[in-house]
Amino acid sequence: MSKRVLVMAATKKGVFTLESDETRREWKQRGPFCEAWPMMHAAYDASNRAIIASGGNAWYGPAVWRSTDLGETWTHSSEGLTYGEGKEPVVNVWSLRAAGDTIYAGVEPAGLFRSRDGGDTWEHLPALNNHPAAANWVPGGGGLCLHTIAVDPADNQRVFVAISTGGLYASEDGGESWEPRNGGLPIMFPEEGPTEGEPPQCVHHFELAAGNSSTIYQQHHFGMFASHDTGRSWENVGAALPSTFGFAAAAHPREQGTWYLAPLNGDSIGRYMPEGRAAIWKTTDGGKSWRDTRAGLPQDGAFFGVLRQGMAADTLDPAGVYFGTNGGNIFASRDEGETWEPIAEYLPSISSIETAVIED
Amino acid sequence: MGMVTVLLPASLVVLFPEAERRVEVEATDVASALDALHERWPGMRDRLIDARPAIRQHIKLYVNDEPAELGTALAAGDQLLVVPAISGG
Repeated sequence: MSKRVLVMAATKKGVFTLESDETRREWKQRGPFCEAWPMMHAAYDASNRAIIASGGNAWYGPAVWRSTDLGETWTHSSEGLTYGEGKEPVVNVWSLRAAGDTIYAGVEPAGLFRSRDGGDTWEHLPALNNHPAAANWVPGGGGLCLHTIAVDPADNQRVFVAISTGGLYASEDGGESWEPRNGGLPIMFPEEGPTEGEPPQCVHHFELAAGNSSTIYQQHHFGMFASHDTGRSWENVGAALPSTFGFAAAAHPREQGTWYLAPLNGDSIGRYMPEGRAAIWKTTDGGKSWRDTRAGLPQDGAFFGVLRQGMAADTLDPAGVYFGTNGGNIFASRDEGETWEPIAEYLPSISSIETAVIED
Repeated sequence: MGMVTVLLPASLVVLFPEAERRVEVEATDVASALDALHERWPGMRDRLIDARPAIRQHIKLYVNDEPAELGTALAAGDQLLVVPAISGG
């Protein structure tokens, strides 16, 4: 049985795919798909063998797109992506997560929707918006969005979501009820924050660690954090990094302590690779130590950023790691982040990177 | 209920296989014309109006060349023109 590696890139002007065999040495690029809409996320729905993609068009509104033939043809739907008549409309779909027969969609303004028919129709899961902490959510620079969704592979009723600016929330019952999981994280504006209740947290991205449903890694606006109790408490693990600021993170598919970050130079001085020298930082011990990987990455004039959904790892051995830049480049490593090479250039600004290994 | 002509933009039609730029529908007002489009090509109404419901910000509708709202009445022989804003970069 042969395997194909699929890299999916959502960009400001459509979705692109790159496809390779298991060697990951030569890539075939296709796209733009989705009529070159501004897209936020593209991922693989293994249950339905479909690429699913999401975005919001300034003219025609939000939609979730789907292709069951690896991009040849697409359908789209926003049926049910609504908070109801008279309520503020959904303007964008930031993030998707397929888990078994369910697809979750995170939207702007922040909320979580669910589809059980592959993305044809959607239903709002209101418990998250009804949580008292939601009163303290405020829009971040990208709007008030639910931008990251993860489902525990060992328990598909355990769902995690992140909201900017709101924080990380967990559900143990498939989204019917929620609990904030932000203990120990820094408060963004303590002088302006609420005097009671859950303060809004500017979580930029999170990843579940491989093989351990209790460990979560988070890139926060104010640092890199790890939790070993499903987010109830967090510890700062980023002291050795060149910056406290960044967006993207990716977890190794099998090694619990290995994850990757793309630190940027700061929140108010450019949000690009520090000193214009591109690096992905890697830990293999859960954040106790870090080292930069630069081989193959530009070390001069690399003033690009990597957005919050812009990095992912594949499931092959050794694992491939990929990141896309807001300058339209995709860099890939087929040796667990030790060396890198560009596999796509001159694309539109990249919002997300996801991978899938497809067995034919 | 009378038959009206709806003129659709290419950027909308391309989203719906088999859709055409010029279509005849039976409708009494703009909202029912959009309902008729939605029935023929499921999802098309959602591309033009949001859930409030309100015409999307960058979409303009005209009946016989006059600006129209969802409640604007239509009579047999009227023309409903759907125009997306030209913007972006």
